[in-house]
Amino acid sequence: MVHPDALEGALARDLDGSFERLVLEYQDRLYSFALRLSGNPADAEEIAQDAFVRAYRAMKTYPKERIRALSLKAWLYRITLNVARNRMRGKRHAHASLDERDGEGRARFDPEDDPRSRPDAVLEEGRRRADIATLVEGLPSRYRSALILRYMEGLRLEEVARVLGQPLGTVKSNVHRAVNALREALSASRRAAARPEVI
Amino acid sequence: MKTSSRRAPANAIDIVRELRAASSFRAPASLLPEVLRRVGLADLYWKLESPVGPVYVAASRAGISMVSRARSAEEFERRFESQRGRPISPATSRPPAAVRALMKNLKCRDREKLQFDLRGLSEFERAVLMKALEIPGGEIRPYSWIAREIGHPEAVRAVGTALGKNPVPLLIPCHRVVRADGTLGKYSMGGSRIKRALLEVEEVDPATIEKLASRGIRYLGNEERRYYCYPTCGGTRSLVLSNKIPFHNEKEALAAGYRPCKACRPAA
Repeated sequence: MVHPDALEGALARDLDGSFERLVLEYQDRLYSFALRLSGNPADAEEIAQDAFVRAYRAMKTYPKERIRALSLKAWLYRITLNVARNRMRGKRHAHASLDERDGEGRARFDPEDDPRSRPDAVLEEGRRRADIATLVEGLPSRYRSALILRYMEGLRLEEVARVLGQPLGTVKSNVHRAVNALREALSASRRAAARPEVI
Repeated sequence: MKTSSRRAPANAIDIVRELRAASSFRAPASLLPEVLRRVGLADLYWKLESPVGPVYVAASRAGISMVSRARSAEEFERRFESQRGRPISPATSRPPAAVRALMKNLKCRDREKLQFDLRGLSEFERAVLMKALEIPGGEIRPYSWIAREIGHPEAVRAVGTALGKNPVPLLIPCHRVVRADGTLGKYSMGGSRIKRALLEVEEVDPATIEKLASRGIRYLGNEERRYYCYPTCGGTRSLVLSNKIPFHNEKEALAAGYRPCKACRPAA
């Protein structure tokens, strides 16, 4: 175990008594991660909820030793990723663009002064927006998860590898390729933004 | 590299910096209570009208966890959280149909459909409450009946204490348990006056019970069928004194050739 954490021990001793602490400690992380994966606050909340519920039920069946030995952070991200993938498999609008969100979702996701919600900006096409989060959403999924986990969620490469169940080398190269792909996309969108409007 | 933008082309370091700076999101406030509720660690509550006025009713996934009178929702939440050490939030759904039906009519049979979350109580306390749950509407039993029925005939006082701690009064009808001497005894949800009123609502006639008790009469015998019962057995409609044989105690009934009733079980 790289990061010894008292929480694993507490969960092993008294799951019901410590579970609330686990949710409080990880809810912002898992919700953020789910939101970046799904692009939709309502989905994100359900994904995060399902992930915590699954984690609880799994730990209910685990012997104490197994709970104590968990790499909790990576394990929780992994569950969240699986829940999100399962949900999106059945969904057409897995990566709905920001413009397609409903009013309620938008309110929670976008601050009111977000330039994207100004009428002129909303009319712009996605490819012309140099918004990095939107570009991340457009990445192929094998790059996207690695990139989000590594930089937006701040996991170490070893943790990302554990979450994704991939060799470290694969993760390294996927993160690298993701950054390259973003750079390409960003340059392209800036070039497009600099061109005068042609109708 | 040729570019039509005046800005420098994006480089990897800037991108990583921008990714790291991307704000993380705060989980909505509903997430924690909802997760706890789904795994059975949190409770929801409703405010309902009851025969004793407005009450708050809490439930977890396991079942009804608290019934309590409180001056406000805040007071109820504080009480619940300090007593149980777990969160509670107001329910947005309707209360279970059985709870609604029972609060309108305590005698209705929907009680059987209810489940109770009695975590934190001792095995003895749970046994006492589950036994009290068996007492039909319109009937009463002495504390000693519960003690005997749950296999602790000596623990009459402990039965009283356990009933006094009933976390779900009205729904588990601890008001139907009274003293053997015919007085009603204590009631946690507002004292013996409320207990009396509840029994009157359920058409138990406390005055008649008290009159019998004051004459030392504990049981009534059915002359034709030769068995004896608690006075309220079968409800008040059978509490017709003219064709009943009064007994002061078990021995007297047995000596007269009467057997204990199988429904109200006045003796083992």
